[in-house]
Amino acid sequence: MRPILLAGHERALTQIKYNREGDLIFSVSKDQIICVWFSHNGERLGTYRGHQGAIWTIDVDPTSTILASGSADNTIRLWDVKTGKCLKTWDFPTAVKRVEFNEDGTKLLGVTEKRMGHMGTIVVLDIKVDVEAEQSDEKALTIVCEESKATVAGWSYLSKYIIAGHEDGSVSQYDGKTGDLIFNIPIHELNQQITDLQWSQDRTYFITASKDKTAKLVTAKDLEVLKTYVADTPLNSAAITVKKDFVILGGGQAAMDVTTTSARQGKFEARFYHKIFEDEIGRVRGHFGPLNTVAADPTGKGYASGGEDGYVRVHHFDKGYFDFMYEVERERQNKLAAGNA
Amino acid sequence: MAPSFDHLREEDLDEEDFDVDEVDISDLREKYEVQLEQGYDTFVVIDNLPTVNEDQKPKLIKVLLKKLNTVGRTREDLIYMPMGDDGKSLSFAFVEFSSPAEAAAAVRQLDYFPLDKKHTLRVNKLTDIDRYGREGRIDEEYTPPEIPPFEEKEHLRSFMADPSGRGRDQFVMYRGDTVGVFWNNEKDQPENIVDRQQWTETFVQWSPLGTYLTSVHAQGVQLWGGASWARLRRFPHPFVNLVAFSPNEKYLVTWSNRPISIPETGHPALTLDDDGKNYVIWDIDTAKPLRSFAQQDVQATEEQLAAKKPPRAPWPAFKWSADDKYVARLNQGTSISVYELPKMNLLDKTAIKLEGVMDFEWAPASPRRDGVKEYEQLFCFWTPEIGSNPARVGLMSIPSKQIVRSLNLFSVSDAKLHWQSDASYICVKVDRHSKSKKSLATTLEIFRVKEKGVPVEVVDTIKDTVINFAWEPKGDRFVIITTTEPVGATAVPPKTAVSFFCPEKVKGNAVGNFKHLRTLEKKNHNAIYWSPKGRFVVLATIANTQSSDLDFFDLDFEGEKPEAEKDLTACLQVMNTADHYGVTDVEWDPSGRYVATWASAWKHSMENGYHLYDFRGELLREEPIEKFKQWAWRPRPPTLLTKEEQKQIRKNLREYSRVFEREDEERISSADVAVVAARRRMLEEFFAWRESQEEELIDERAALGLPEDPVAELLEKTKPVEVAADGSAKEQIVEEVMEEVLEETEEIVN
Repeated sequence: MRPILLAGHERALTQIKYNREGDLIFSVSKDQIICVWFSHNGERLGTYRGHQGAIWTIDVDPTSTILASGSADNTIRLWDVKTGKCLKTWDFPTAVKRVEFNEDGTKLLGVTEKRMGHMGTIVVLDIKVDVEAEQSDEKALTIVCEESKATVAGWSYLSKYIIAGHEDGSVSQYDGKTGDLIFNIPIHELNQQITDLQWSQDRTYFITASKDKTAKLVTAKDLEVLKTYVADTPLNSAAITVKKDFVILGGGQAAMDVTTTSARQGKFEARFYHKIFEDEIGRVRGHFGPLNTVAADPTGKGYASGGEDGYVRVHHFDKGYFDFMYEVERERQNKLAAGNA
Repeated sequence: MAPSFDHLREEDLDEEDFDVDEVDISDLREKYEVQLEQGYDTFVVIDNLPTVNEDQKPKLIKVLLKKLNTVGRTREDLIYMPMGDDGKSLSFAFVEFSSPAEAAAAVRQLDYFPLDKKHTLRVNKLTDIDRYGREGRIDEEYTPPEIPPFEEKEHLRSFMADPSGRGRDQFVMYRGDTVGVFWNNEKDQPENIVDRQQWTETFVQWSPLGTYLTSVHAQGVQLWGGASWARLRRFPHPFVNLVAFSPNEKYLVTWSNRPISIPETGHPALTLDDDGKNYVIWDIDTAKPLRSFAQQDVQATEEQLAAKKPPRAPWPAFKWSADDKYVARLNQGTSISVYELPKMNLLDKTAIKLEGVMDFEWAPASPRRDGVKEYEQLFCFWTPEIGSNPARVGLMSIPSKQIVRSLNLFSVSDAKLHWQSDASYICVKVDRHSKSKKSLATTLEIFRVKEKGVPVEVVDTIKDTVINFAWEPKGDRFVIITTTEPVGATAVPPKTAVSFFCPEKVKGNAVGNFKHLRTLEKKNHNAIYWSPKGRFVVLATIANTQSSDLDFFDLDFEGEKPEAEKDLTACLQVMNTADHYGVTDVEWDPSGRYVATWASAWKHSMENGYHLYDFRGELLREEPIEKFKQWAWRPRPPTLLTKEEQKQIRKNLREYSRVFEREDEERISSADVAVVAARRRMLEEFFAWRESQEEELIDERAALGLPEDPVAELLEKTKPVEVAADGSAKEQIVEEVMEEVLEETEEIVN
């Protein structure tokens, strides 16, 4: 598995997203530029320029028409994927740490930072998936996080719930229409921030990554923890693979916490775990800083990781990856094949 | 405004309501009775004296006086020995001392003093006799003390019986704030037996035979054990720092660098006599203190002076003989004080004077010297050169205090004493300096304790300084680590060399001369860990930032022996090497089957956790654990099998091992089956859950009137737009015409 090294950013990566077809990779970093790449060969299509601060987050609608980004310049911007034109800018009192489209791209949520006397909020914007259309200035919904600020958030299936991960290690479920808090459940260690939240394909369950060195698989409907993946380093990101029942975790000792020069101390590796058995299966090395973000190709052919070192590494899985199977999995597969025949 | 005394009105006082005199406070008065100076504080009563007549009386008084004047001042006319009507003494006497303190000292020191074989003196304060023995205080009728019914206690050695029948060993792990005891499961997750948070405040320690687990708290020391891990004993020594057991778990020494201060309200176990003391020696069975000692002033070593560190109190300060009968302490430079247990009295009432004595060590087992039948314990000591007298190493027999062997040495700058575990040998590692005192060299003086006359053998082929030495337990081979440069506070520790020594082959049962077997140069090792059963040894580089090698050696390798080593009683072979990054400690399990190595958070915070190896150096298990502090194997008491039975087992080892191997196989395969079954269940559960989710989702979508796939429709919507703009067919047909010259021929046409 020889990775493609994308050296287009000058500073630490913050988020990577594949589009629905898996042919494009959008990456954002603290260098204020959004890049878009062809996933199969790593060629850069172009950049989206305009943000005045580090960009924290990116998302693309399911039809790959429009792009949303959130930045430390206190704005969410909407871009035309094809032309790179900035379509709309919403201003907020504080930085935007996370944006995400719902399953049909008609709603966008943004997580704003708690700072300078402003509470952390989750805002919802109505979006018209059309580059020509006039976007509304008004927020459809604002959820204020009074207990502990939200660090990440996302839309569940049917846009029924908004799920948010908090700084105190808990996860909240809000009603997607009214914004009412339904549950708040502490799933990670107290005051160990949740650093990432990524969905399964049908958005019925998600994975959280936390500074408490674990990642957890949680149901959207009742926030039940299905699986726990234990790592030996604080985690920054976690993704669920399709086609194979794996999860990918990324993290590493934060630069400020690294006490020695020993490279083995860093643990800058992407870790693969079996989604169902919770066993670690393998690690992919390469970054020389902590992994800030990992993203799985929605077609299941590869994954990409972005590190504090400023590089994006795009991996295409080998045959061995697809062939790897636990005995019980093979057994089940054979049974299903027999059933179909 | 709150009511106060000023505002109390006369009529509010209800003094008439009760009479102060009516209140019965006699019980309180008794309880809080203040000891007044009665003038009798200087008197003691001595009981159990021999009965004498008038003629013998002066003689007895003279003897008594001599004894009494060792603790205080008194005169012949201050001893009053009443005589009975029959002209014989009543076997008691009153003595007046010059001060109450002396009287108290007499009670403390002379009570239970054996005057002769028949008469053991009882000394009490006169005031105490008056207080406790006054008329009415003692019931005239004897009522037998109530003996509480017998309670079955847990078996403290139940840990020897592994419930799985595999003879596994236990160990304790201290990580974070939690202390847990586990069964060693080799490659698998250790089986937890008990796990408690904040079980100890500083560290945990096993007693030498594994019966008790010791926890250390600011209030004192606690012992735990039995199947339920209940608290068995408490030893309330405030601010205790260190704990040491006697070899047979009868006694305990606790030490605190803070002198004990007894509060006014008293202390549950200690008395005012213990005030200002640092060491307490306890009896474990009764949990009562036997005696306490103050810390001696210690002189800082040169190293400590250089580093401006305060001198460290030596530990263990109290060293035990192998049978728990004696405990001794070094009075540096002057003497060794040997105390007899359980009374904790100084042997023959005087410390053993040894001018200049620097160090001593008890033999770790009761010695069996050739031709010596009576009971004895041995210790070895050394004294440095004083003036023109040579340095001396001596072996002293206790209780006779006879020096059974002594050896004079010159140009000695330091000496270290290393007993072999059976007390068969003691090796004195002597660092000698040249006349100019510029260079150092080491010789090893080995005393063959069990042989007649205790012959001494010298190994003086070592050129460098020896930094570590270790005997093979129960064996007669040893390993040393040498280095060319002195070990100082350098950034990179110098390279070391490891040398193995073993006796020559000789006829019969005798042990031949010690010969150099082999030296391995250019190593980093600084520590030697022999298997408790001998034969195998691990050489390790510990607490070193550059390297962390572990080498596993076999000294009885069953293979070809090099020609040069044919006459030696060892066949050395390195079995395996390993590397455990940041290793700080290494410990063999008591059976000699496993080696645990760990990186403790006490020393550094890098990759804390443990590795488990088998005796061959095969890595069985590694587990990184956050804030891992301590690992300790639970010791086992010595085997109950006789030598013959052990030999029998060794002979039939093949049969036993067949049984065990089969058991192991069965267990492993059944464990595999269990794992597969668990995985199958997990897989099924997950997919069942997924199926229900998918169905639910489709139902919900249908109910909302949404299509099954939320995006398909959108994609359809966007595509026609493209098509419309294009104005052509939906599918684009790209035609490519390729021309290729297949063959070219030239023909001439007429």
